[in-house]
Amino acid sequence: MNTVVITIISLSVIGSLSGFILFLIARKFKVFEDPRIDDVEAVLPGANCGGCGYPGCRGFAENCVKAESLDALFCPVGGNDGMVKIAEALGKVAVTKDPTVAVIRCSGSPDHRTRTTRYDSAATCEIASGLFSGDTACSYGCLGLGDCVVVCTFDAIHMNPVTLLPEVIDEKCTSCGACVKACPKTIVELRKKSKKDRKIFVSCVNQDKGAAAKKACSVACIACKVCVKTCEFDAITIENFLAYIDPVKCTLCRKCVSVCPTDSILEINFPPRKVAEVETVVSEIQAN
Amino acid sequence: MKTFPKGGVHPPENKKASGSAIEVLPLPKSVRIHLSQHLGAPAEPIVAKGDMVKAGQLIAKSTGFISANIHSPVSGIVQKIEPAPDSSGYKRPAIFIDVQGDEWMETIDRSPNLIKFPDLNSEEIITRIGRMGIVGLGGATFPSHVKITVPKGKKAEILIINGVECEPYLTSDHRLMLEKGEEILVGTQLLMKALRVNKAVIGIESNKPDAISHLSTLCARYPDIRVETLQVKYPQGGEKQLIKAITGREVPSGRLPIDVGAVVHNVGTAFAVYEAITKNKPLFERIVTVTGKSMERTANYLVRIGTPVTELIEATGGMPEDTGKVINGGPMMGQALPLLDVPVTKGTSGIVLMPVTESNRRTTMNCIRCSRCNSVCAMGLEPYFLMSLGEAKRWDDMEQARVMDCMECGSCSYTCPSGRPLLDYIRLGKNSVNRLIRSRSK
Repeated sequence: MNTVVITIISLSVIGSLSGFILFLIARKFKVFEDPRIDDVEAVLPGANCGGCGYPGCRGFAENCVKAESLDALFCPVGGNDGMVKIAEALGKVAVTKDPTVAVIRCSGSPDHRTRTTRYDSAATCEIASGLFSGDTACSYGCLGLGDCVVVCTFDAIHMNPVTLLPEVIDEKCTSCGACVKACPKTIVELRKKSKKDRKIFVSCVNQDKGAAAKKACSVACIACKVCVKTCEFDAITIENFLAYIDPVKCTLCRKCVSVCPTDSILEINFPPRKVAEVETVVSEIQAN
Repeated sequence: MKTFPKGGVHPPENKKASGSAIEVLPLPKSVRIHLSQHLGAPAEPIVAKGDMVKAGQLIAKSTGFISANIHSPVSGIVQKIEPAPDSSGYKRPAIFIDVQGDEWMETIDRSPNLIKFPDLNSEEIITRIGRMGIVGLGGATFPSHVKITVPKGKKAEILIINGVECEPYLTSDHRLMLEKGEEILVGTQLLMKALRVNKAVIGIESNKPDAISHLSTLCARYPDIRVETLQVKYPQGGEKQLIKAITGREVPSGRLPIDVGAVVHNVGTAFAVYEAITKNKPLFERIVTVTGKSMERTANYLVRIGTPVTELIEATGGMPEDTGKVINGGPMMGQALPLLDVPVTKGTSGIVLMPVTESNRRTTMNCIRCSRCNSVCAMGLEPYFLMSLGEAKRWDDMEQARVMDCMECGSCSYTCPSGRPLLDYIRLGKNSVNRLIRSRSK
């Protein structure tokens, strides 16, 4: 009986003493943290994707509080709405950016470019691209080993088992840019988002001369300049034997798509065309 | 018999072509000379489309200290200068020359006479080696004039000539030692003079007894040079391993052989130095072994740089049907060619045709912590650990784990019972750490 009492008393004394010491230490070493950091973090998406360029959402929140203006800071996942909320919490002004989405600029499925070699080493694009130019004749195209799929935290990129090319699910893509950094061939591009997720872009990054590009892949851009001549908005430029459509200038009129001789310009999420429409465009070109 | 103490493997030697004497390969119709066939900055072309060139004429100038001159290997007309795929498949600038006749520069002495003691001092030898575009012919293609320029405050004590040829299949150095022994020794003496050392050792593995006895006999007349027989073990041809085997000195991590007073050159380089100094002949041809398990004929060719690989294979009787991989270099450190339409470069020591049964990678399985990779690593690294760091992209930690010491000999991947791509991840780590180091120094 006596032992029980002594144990209870000594433990309570030790407990309360330690509690008091901990209380004193906690007071002494209290770290002041700006409460606004928590406010900002609360409105952030919490994806910790690193798309903003800072280590996680907390890192971004700290920088938002520290920075004098929010001009250089942008959370691609939260988008403009998210930035407005942050600005409200901090009493600053948010910048608005056009929402973007990742696009894969390669259509070289096995139907379009034949495999010249077989690669069976470590299945990452980073290692394969360090060893050689790729298992097809096109040294610019997608390797199909899926580094972009692995880095995507939002499950927005998947490998198509038929084309062996990655595909982006627009609704899930937050344009954090992880895939852009991961792709050793710089095939992924963040492009301006349009109404109903419609987009037109040159789905090729081959910088070879036309004949060589065509030989390597049947849907390669051969820099024939037909699209440049067709475009009424000066949206298309050709550099290094490769056409590029400026997403800001492009009005999604689709004229370039139908004139491209190699089908390297893609139109996505458009309603199907009427046959007559295509014919008029083609005849117009021929007339010119 | 001496050897290096740490690690090493002994893959089947398969030196099928060791009995084939060196043949001169007929001139190709056209050659393609890449401007970057040495370590360091690519050379800059000094010829233009339509120019007539002679064999041995300078066609691209070195740009910077670590770079090398490139000379025309043939006489003919410059057809074009444009990017073309190199042995990795990526397009890199190259000079195309259409062959016409075989006219050499008048300055080159084409007689077979042996010239023994040219009267030149150290600086003259170094500048001439630099001018003649000589690079390390063992495979690393490091510009030779850089290697024999001893930095201030350091002193070379011993020259080691690398006749190890530890790569399986390859026999080009072996044949060269047998057929051009005297020339190699004169080249060695020239290198000794350039380095101001009075001692040279030729290291040869014991699987080449004919080369050992031949060079030992010749060495009787060259008292400063001796032949050292080494135990057969891969990667003994690695600079640091060879120094350790012969002198017992260990090159510290991150340092160069010159820090322990040693300089290593390949026998092929010694021969090229001999030709450059005494015959005034720039480096525009080299010995290439063409071999393979299912090939009926194997050969060692004297080939002009820029000759298409396909011509070498054709001359040896064509590609066997069961070929699964064509390797540029030896099977351990060489690189599988993604396309055959590539030219021979200064670094091409062999073309090995592997049958399909031996060219596939094994299925990758889990690491069973058997530690075999650790025990075979000649640099004392932990490949399994480096690979997991590489998978996690922890470049800083890889640098701490001394990934930059790795010479990519491939012993770890060779020995792994789980068939793990250890070297692939280590190489990735080396590239990334290199980038880190460069960004830090900026």
